[in-house]
Amino acid sequence: MARRRRRTLTAYLFLAPFLVLFIGFVLAPAVYGLWISFTDWSPFRDVQHFIGLQNYADLFTPGSTTSADFWSSMRATAIFVVASVPFLVVVPLLVAVLLNQKLRAASTFRTIFFAPYVLGVAVVGLIWGYVLDTQSGILNHLLHAVGIRGDIPWTVDVPWAWVSLVGVTVWWTSGLNTVIFLAGLKGINSELYEAASLDGAGRFRSFTNVTLPGLRPVMLFITTTTVLASANMFGQSYLLTTGGPGNDTRTVIMYIADQGLSQNNMAPAAAMSYVLFAFLAVVSIVNFRLQRERVEKRRTR
Amino acid sequence: MTATVADVRRRPSTRRITARAVLYALLIVLALIVVLPLVWMVLTSFKTDADAIRHPYSLPSPFSLDAYRNLASGQQPILRWLWNSFSAAAIQTILILVTASMGAYALARMEFAGKKIVFGLIISTLLVPPVVFLIPNYLIVQNLGWLDTILAITVPGAAGAFGIFFLRQFFVGLPLEIEEAARIDGAGDFRIFVQIVLPLARPALATLAVLSFLNNWNDFLWPVYVLLSPEHMTLQPGLSMLQGAYRTHFAIVMAGAVIASVPVLAVFAVAQRQIVDSVTGAAVKG
Repeated sequence: MARRRRRTLTAYLFLAPFLVLFIGFVLAPAVYGLWISFTDWSPFRDVQHFIGLQNYADLFTPGSTTSADFWSSMRATAIFVVASVPFLVVVPLLVAVLLNQKLRAASTFRTIFFAPYVLGVAVVGLIWGYVLDTQSGILNHLLHAVGIRGDIPWTVDVPWAWVSLVGVTVWWTSGLNTVIFLAGLKGINSELYEAASLDGAGRFRSFTNVTLPGLRPVMLFITTTTVLASANMFGQSYLLTTGGPGNDTRTVIMYIADQGLSQNNMAPAAAMSYVLFAFLAVVSIVNFRLQRERVEKRRTR
Repeated sequence: MTATVADVRRRPSTRRITARAVLYALLIVLALIVVLPLVWMVLTSFKTDADAIRHPYSLPSPFSLDAYRNLASGQQPILRWLWNSFSAAAIQTILILVTASMGAYALARMEFAGKKIVFGLIISTLLVPPVVFLIPNYLIVQNLGWLDTILAITVPGAAGAFGIFFLRQFFVGLPLEIEEAARIDGAGDFRIFVQIVLPLARPALATLAVLSFLNNWNDFLWPVYVLLSPEHMTLQPGLSMLQGAYRTHFAIVMAGAVIASVPVLAVFAVAQRQIVDSVTGAAVKG
């Protein structure tokens, strides 16, 4: 008994440094944030009142101060997720398949494709802010040179702003998904390809019948993390379009941060973050279910 | 892979050569798309402002260091930001390595009351998006008096569940025998942990270190809001300020981008294998 109590004490001594951080900056804020979302919290008031679900109800009441802006930022986020995820999955998959051929310079190419990812969004924002500048940007200058005139407003008008945000995100982060796909491809048993080719399968058939099924677990990981990353997009809009034109490209993270930390509307912003959490949880579960069903259907077929 | 080798035997070799040529051409085009904006950043940083606006895609003429000189004499302490970014990322990485490895060892190897609850709580927070912590953590950091200090960008971010989860997986996979032998020799828990387990865990610790460092280095939203004064900023919020301050001075902005990216790209060039393996290892196994 005393021995067991000593074991427990030792274990908690090992855990103590982490638990202090974890309780202070993960558990406490999760509860604190939920509490704030149930109050009329304001930095200008000494006492806050419990107002129940009012902040949440406001978000779902058309015409309230926050609902229109919140849902338009949710819409912007949804547009970005739907527009970016296919490219962020398909482009890296194809690049990984190319790199997985026996190439002499494969590792050099891999290094090059991954490099933008280590730069960080601020550097990426500076570079592309200049590339995409309507008047002085190199992209419009190059388009002029090949005869396309009429200064495309890459960052200041829709739909071009979306094209830019998606394009820049693909340029910046494709390398990450590429190297993960590549690791997945290396894990596929090469005998499966031999068997497929003995059965007379061409490249395309062995891609659909061997490569794609072999990548299932990696695919689930990549689609889930990519959807979440796109749903949490902030820096690209902040740096390239500042949420414009109007608030068309203002993502929900941008709106929550602005409301909560710049406008001091902390209680509604906390409620918004929990609504977003619920949305993302549903999206993740649906994605997980869909992909698992596909795996099961294949098995029964 | 082997399929292509088998295919080749049946196909005429000219077809194979064409296929290879197309493959290399594709990869080179893609590599150019990645590299050209970076080349252009460097070229522009050596232009004068007028040259940058008038001849955006020619070589710098005259070749000029004005942008770097302006940056050095300007209001924006960019080298300071570089140093702040580096020290914040290093401090947070060390904090994560120490706290996560100790905690993960307890979760992997010790039996104790409340273990399931502690582990369950930690794991469940892996799924919570970071924005949920944004506002309450801002208030907590503000109450602690940490706003605009290095503590704000190192301590709260070290509390994430990923590190402890990742290391626990690794520790569980280590063979028990060596630890048991040490215990029979009379070594205590802490000595076994420091002298036996940590050296064995070096690859996992290195992976976690790379991921933590990159993560902190690239963090954008949090430092933008918790760092206020120019001399306390890190590169990410600093550069976004730079963009605002020199909106049309493209050469200066690009010089800032060069200063910010050269150290990172240099480290990446040296340690690329380790970095890429860390990222993929954590994704495929974790």
